[in-house]
Amino acid sequence: MTRDEILAKVRATLVEALSVDEEEVTEDAFLRKDLGAESIDFLDIVFRLEKTFGIKIAQDELIPRDIVQNPQFVAAGRLNEDGLAALNRAMPHADLSAFSSNPRIDDLPDVFTVGTIVSFVQSKLGK
Amino acid sequence: MRWFWFDRFTEFEPGRRAVAVKCVTLAEEHLHDHWAEFPVMPPSLMIEGMAQTAGILVGEARQFREKVILAKIKRAELRQLVRPGSRLRYEADVESLSDGAASTRGRVFCDDAHIGDVDLVFSHVDNNISGLEFPQENFVFTDEFMGLLRSFRPGQPQGVAL
Repeated sequence: MTRDEILAKVRATLVEALSVDEEEVTEDAFLRKDLGAESIDFLDIVFRLEKTFGIKIAQDELIPRDIVQNPQFVAAGRLNEDGLAALNRAMPHADLSAFSSNPRIDDLPDVFTVGTIVSFVQSKLGK
Repeated sequence: MRWFWFDRFTEFEPGRRAVAVKCVTLAEEHLHDHWAEFPVMPPSLMIEGMAQTAGILVGEARQFREKVILAKIKRAELRQLVRPGSRLRYEADVESLSDGAASTRGRVFCDDAHIGDVDLVFSHVDNNISGLEFPQENFVFTDEFMGLLRSFRPGQPQGVAL
């Protein structure tokens, strides 16, 4: 499946999950800031992606809670250097450069764009 | 008034499917406020009926280890007014189930006519809301709620042992 084909299916998935217009779902649109996704919506999106693409997504795969809730990696609500390194390894599909400058755990969902989801699915389908 | 929005299960296949019925009666006080001249079952309470049916199905699938709460109404379409004297039937099927959440598809019938669809997402709060403290007891699946499942007598091998 090409990236454009994945993008088309991801867009349709997000239109349904977030009740947004198709024109809003551009590849660089942020799920939380631009499309209004809440934390519960991420659960819904994962289920819909599994069904749409016939893939299995483990609970910590999209947002690695095993890292962001690990006291070894977190202090005062922020990831430390080791935590950031672990997060970069766990989320190769995401651009964490802006997040890394002030790695507040609560801001992690802000890194997800439509393109991030496409890259994530692409990597899953390639495995 | 007790917060039960179905009367009993008529089918229960653990981890897969549950069917529950509710008989709508003028003895229910809320119908007199909705509306006095023309009582109809509020659609929001039909969504709650489906959420209770599907929520118990989801909770039972993992032996009620987690507290299961309704997280999102993915779709709710109810296309017909339901009057007193009607029999509602909620058919819920598990679509996906993971450690942290579940999604279900639901169909609503009124006197055997398919009148609506209610698709839901549930969250297992023990796994998804870290940092918040909840009571030790399971405040979602209370004894009263569990009684609805215990009273299910299918006479079939897939009956649920609690």
